[in-house]
Amino acid sequence: MHIPDGFIDLKTVVSTAAVSAGGLAAAIYKVKSYFKAKVIALMGVISALIFALQMINFSIPGGTSGHLLGGALAVIVLGPHAGAIVIAVVLIVQAFVFMDGGVAALGANIFNMAIVGVYSSYLIYWLIGRMSKKRTIFFISVAAASWLSVVIASFFAALELGISGTYALGITLKAMVGVHSIIGIGEAVITVAVIAFINKIRPDLILTRERSLQ
Amino acid sequence: MNRRDYTFILVGIIAALVIAMFVSVFASPFPDGLEKVAENHGFIDKAEQIIPESIFLIPDYVFGAVDNELWQTSLAGLSGVLIILAVFGAVYLIYKAAGKKK
Repeated sequence: MHIPDGFIDLKTVVSTAAVSAGGLAAAIYKVKSYFKAKVIALMGVISALIFALQMINFSIPGGTSGHLLGGALAVIVLGPHAGAIVIAVVLIVQAFVFMDGGVAALGANIFNMAIVGVYSSYLIYWLIGRMSKKRTIFFISVAAASWLSVVIASFFAALELGISGTYALGITLKAMVGVHSIIGIGEAVITVAVIAFINKIRPDLILTRERSLQ
Repeated sequence: MNRRDYTFILVGIIAALVIAMFVSVFASPFPDGLEKVAENHGFIDKAEQIIPESIFLIPDYVFGAVDNELWQTSLAGLSGVLIILAVFGAVYLIYKAAGKKK
C-alpha cells in the first residue's frame, strides 16, 4: 500500500512527515540504549529479508495482488523500536531508489507501515501473548498481529486519502480495509512461516516478555 | 556476536538474496490493493511523479542496464538487498568508529 505522490495533499504530507520524523527519532533514541554489533547485524538481515519479501506480490481474487509489509515480522524478532526503524529503512530505499511509493508521500508511508504497522503489531502480539505461553497461542498471536496490523495500516492509508479529498472517505475506507483484510491473510501466512522457521533454529531470537533484543 | 549469530545472519542474507533474485521473478503482476482501489474508483491518474524518473537508479524494480526482463528484476532485487545491507554496514562502521574515540 505504498502511496504514490499526488494521492495526498500538502497538509497530509506535512503532518504525516512530522509525526513520522518524531516517531522515528523516538525509536532511534530507544534503540540507542541497547545498541551493539549484534543489534545492528540483526536489523540489517531482517531489513534485507523484508525488502526481498516485499518484492513478492501474491495474487488475490479480483485481479489484485498484495505483498508482505513485514511489521509483525520485524517486531517479533527486533522489538517495536528497532522494528520501526527497519521498516522505515526499507521504505526509504524503495522510495528513493526504486520509485516505489512517493517521495513526498514517504512520511505517510512511514507513518502507516513503519509506525502504525509496527506498533499495532507489537500491541496485538503482546496482548495475546500474555494470555498463555502455549505454542498455539504464540502462533495465533503472530497471525493476529500480522493480519490486524495490515488492516489497521490500510485504514490509516484510506483515512489520509479521504482527508486529502482524493476520493470519498467512506468509500475509500471500505474498499481499502476490504481488500487488505484479504491481503492480510497472506501477511499472516508468510509471517507465521518465517517466525516458525526462526523459532526452530534460533528460539532465543524471538521476542517474549522475558527476553528481548535488549 | 557468537558463531551461531554469524550463522543466522549468513542464512538470512542468503535467504534474502534468493528471494529477491529468484523468487521475485514469479511475483504477481496484478496491481496491489491500493492501486486496485484507485483504479476502481478512478483516481489512479492522480498519481504523479514529482521527481523525474531518470533520477531513480532502478525505477519500478527494472534494472535498466540489461535487456532481459527476468534479469532486470533479479538484478533489481540483488541491488536492493545490497543497498539495505550497505546502509546497516555503514551504521556499523560509524558505531565502531564512535566506540574507538571514547
